[in-house]
Amino acid sequence: MSEQVAELEKLSEYKYGFSDNVHYAYQSQRGLNAGVVRTLSGMKGEPQWMLDFRLKALDIFNKKPMPTWGGKISLDLDEITYYTRPSEKTESSWDDVPADIKNTFDKLGIPEAERKFLAGVGAQYESEMVYHSVQKHLEELGVIFLSSDDGLRQYPELFREHFGKVVPPTDNKFAACNSAVWSGGSFVYVPKGVHVEMPLQAYFRLNAEGTGQFERTLIIVDEGAQVHYVEGCTAPTYSRDSFHSGVIEIIVKKGARCRYTTIQNWSTNVYNLVTQRAVVHEGATMEWVDANLGSQLTMKYPSCYLVGEGAHGEILSMAFAGPGQHQDTGGKVVHGAPNTTSKITSKSISRAGGRTSYRGLLKVYKGATGSKSSVVCDALLIDDKSRSDTYPVIEIDENEVTIGHEASVSKVGEEQLFYLMSRGIPKDQAEGLVVAGFIEPLVKELPMEYAVELNRLVQLQMEGSVG
Amino acid sequence: MTSVLEIRNLHVSVADKPILKGVNLLVKQGEVHALMGPNGTGKSTLAYTLMGHPLYVVTGGQVIFKGVDLLELAPDERSRLGLFLAFQYPVAIPGVSVANFLRTALNARRRAANPADKGIPIPEFRKLLKAKMDMLQVSHDFAGRYLNDGFSGGEKKRAEILQMATLDPEIAVLDETDSGLDIDALRIVAEGVNKLAGPNMGALVITHYQRILNYIKPNVVHIMLGGQIVESGEADLALHLEERGYDWVREKYQEKAEA
Repeated sequence: MSEQVAELEKLSEYKYGFSDNVHYAYQSQRGLNAGVVRTLSGMKGEPQWMLDFRLKALDIFNKKPMPTWGGKISLDLDEITYYTRPSEKTESSWDDVPADIKNTFDKLGIPEAERKFLAGVGAQYESEMVYHSVQKHLEELGVIFLSSDDGLRQYPELFREHFGKVVPPTDNKFAACNSAVWSGGSFVYVPKGVHVEMPLQAYFRLNAEGTGQFERTLIIVDEGAQVHYVEGCTAPTYSRDSFHSGVIEIIVKKGARCRYTTIQNWSTNVYNLVTQRAVVHEGATMEWVDANLGSQLTMKYPSCYLVGEGAHGEILSMAFAGPGQHQDTGGKVVHGAPNTTSKITSKSISRAGGRTSYRGLLKVYKGATGSKSSVVCDALLIDDKSRSDTYPVIEIDENEVTIGHEASVSKVGEEQLFYLMSRGIPKDQAEGLVVAGFIEPLVKELPMEYAVELNRLVQLQMEGSVG
Repeated sequence: MTSVLEIRNLHVSVADKPILKGVNLLVKQGEVHALMGPNGTGKSTLAYTLMGHPLYVVTGGQVIFKGVDLLELAPDERSRLGLFLAFQYPVAIPGVSVANFLRTALNARRRAANPADKGIPIPEFRKLLKAKMDMLQVSHDFAGRYLNDGFSGGEKKRAEILQMATLDPEIAVLDETDSGLDIDALRIVAEGVNKLAGPNMGALVITHYQRILNYIKPNVVHIMLGGQIVESGEADLALHLEERGYDWVREKYQEKAEA
């Protein structure tokens, strides 16, 4: 066993105590430096401009300090392995997957082949066929739905025109990190006026690739077009990599409409630090639906930059923190044009010592007259050990606006529990019912199969049978 | 066999303050009892105690239901044994539909009886719920509304009766179900109770006013004062109260009224 693998093992050991005897065909050295970036870019056969972009981002990453707010990040960034070739990633064994994750698969009734994929140990999956028929249908519409690597190869100009424009590497340290070593993620283009009726599910595409550590997704919705993109899944997603930092860039052009739904349930060894942002043009609508259940620490604040008159942004965010978890989530809306409207709804649940924080920014620039925004954040505490905080920042430079902000923290009430129990419902189920009701406004926005799974998962977590 | 709820010399305190001071009462399946009395004499305390609210501390006495020591059981177990409480102030559960809630409650009963039970099939449940809603003249859209969330006073009380009808208890305690209802709502709720009360269900109807007893005919009327039942009689006792108020009771049982 090489020294590097031994190190990797150490990283994972404190959480799961499993041994990792994976053989890597190519694994970058620990830490992030120009050598790693060049090798990675070279292996992908990228154009010079992308290599330059990555190297510049690396420089920014090195110069930027760690954020001083948000959650506690106990990660030594020099000890992280930043690139492992995806095709080799899936060679690890099912035996390495921790028992509690396997347990949850059992309880959720996930099929065998799907489990292996979710646990990051199996690449091929029966849905390959489904994926191909979906692809054919999309091609007829002129819709592009590829991995970002393929997007860069097959549509170099379109890709270059929009890549890194919504979230520049200078945005924050983790965006810089992603920009330097990104790999995987989706590239989506919906042509003018095309309405994609079925949700585009990253799930299908990812089956062939495995989930990425530094995913990079770019979605362009051209004028008057509509699309719903769904990523993630409710089942726990096991990752050996403890550091995940994705970047999602979305451009919603005039009169277009985009909804981006994420459900994330990473294993609790994972730090999930994600930058998601959309630029929303005149009369366009962007909706983020974001549910975070897993990870040790998630820092994620989907954003809408409303740059065109009458643009509308919505963020519906849900977080569930169990033992040892911190969900630092929320949303950010920038009103940069007149008559723009936005709505942020945040729902968080803390249980058994878990911590949730709502962190939000609402900014209205001078000149964004007639803009309206409402922010509602509700937190639910299951017990006295758990914690919830709210950090709302509101900056308004324009007088002619309407802003509403409401925050509430409630405990699952004794009276609610007594009432439900008086109808014969056992206590743990009664608590689950109150929680299910609390997140109902988000759940009803999800595609049916996700809604069912999410409810089931929350119920399992409430019963304390999921770690 | 007829199910019996027997309360023997029950003493209950709330926050260390004695409220019930030796209540004796026997309610059988098939009987309707009215429990009347001025405000603050412990009527609702009795209702909450029977259902097992954690804030009501039993300091003495016994409650036997179907031969089981009721006080040893958690509220959900009491419910599954066949006891029901229609709340004076039902609590809202936002996001949980009436249908979802009732299905969960029914399934909890089935699972307690048989751990391998898969739950009531949805078509069967829908049929059952529709039948109950029709019986109680409740509109079908009730099923999809969030439980008590934004309900009017009358709707809340009707939701309680709908729950009672669906869960099919052997003994039901109705805690001031008539309070806050206009005369039409009162009539509908009372008719619902009448449809359910019968050989299979006994009821303890707690009320401050006589008017609900114009619609629900009790077999026995009890008067509570100072944490005890001081008078029991036939239906005309309620009419007596209607005419003369509670003052004569207070005079007759002065010591208890002052206690």
